[in-house]
Amino acid sequence: MTATIGLLALLICGSTGGEISIAHGMKTIGEPAALRPKAMVLFLGRALRSGSLWIGICLMTVSFYSLLALLSWHPVSFVIPASALSNVVGTLGAKYILHEQISGARWAGVLLVCGGVALVAGG
Amino acid sequence: MPNERKLRIKTLVMVFALVICANIGDLTLKRGMMEIGPVDLSAAGLAHSLWLSVRNPTIWIGIFFLVGFMVSYMTVLSWADYSYVMPVGAFGYATLTLFAVVFLHEHVSTRRWIGVLVVCFGVLLVGMTKPRTTEAA
Repeated sequence: MTATIGLLALLICGSTGGEISIAHGMKTIGEPAALRPKAMVLFLGRALRSGSLWIGICLMTVSFYSLLALLSWHPVSFVIPASALSNVVGTLGAKYILHEQISGARWAGVLLVCGGVALVAGG
Repeated sequence: MPNERKLRIKTLVMVFALVICANIGDLTLKRGMMEIGPVDLSAAGLAHSLWLSVRNPTIWIGIFFLVGFMVSYMTVLSWADYSYVMPVGAFGYATLTLFAVVFLHEHVSTRRWIGVLVVCFGVLLVGMTKPRTTEAA
C-alpha cells in the first residue's frame, strides 16, 4: 500500500512538475513570431535550448515509468481515475509556481474534468 | 477583432489540434502494436519487438502524430495559461471515446457517456475563462 501511494505521488508530481516546467520554459522563450514553418523551426530551436524543457521531459519520463509500474500492479480503472488528481495538483502548481490567476469558474471546470475523467476511466 | 477573442480562438484551435494529434497518435500506435502482436517481456522478446516496431510504418505514423501533439502543446503553452490548456485538453477523453465508437466499434457504457458529458461541461466552463492571466514574455 505504501509503495502504491509513493508511486502515485511520483506519477502525479512527475507529470504536473514536468508540465509546469515545460510551461515555464515556453513562457520564458515567448511565442513563435508566426505559425509558419520557418518561424516554427526557429521557435523549436529556441525551445530545445531551454533547460526547463529538458527538466520537464525528465520529470515526465519518471512519471511515465511510475504509470507503467502502477499499471502492472493495479487495474487501469484504479490508476487512471486516481491520476486524474493531477488536474487539481497542476492547477495548484499553476497558481503558486506560475502565478496564474485561477478564477472560481476555472476551479469548478477543473473539478468537473477530474470527476468526468474518473467516470470515463472507471466506466 | 478584439485581442482577447483572437487569443481565445487561436488557443482553442491549437488545443483542438493537439487533442486530435494525440488521439490519432494513440489509436495508430495501438493498431501498430496489434500488428506486431503481444510483447514478450524477456530481453530477447523486447529486442525482437523493438526491431519489429522500428520496421512498422503504422508505428511511425503514430510517432509522427505524437510529435505533432508535442509541438502543438509546446506552442500553445508559449502564450496560454497551463491551468487553461490542461483541463481544456481533457476534451481528448470525449473525442477518443467518440473515435472508439465510430472507428473501432467499441461498446461504451452509460457511466462512461455520463463521464464524457461531465468532462465536456468542465471544459466548457474553463474554456469561457481568460486563456492568459499572466504577462506575455
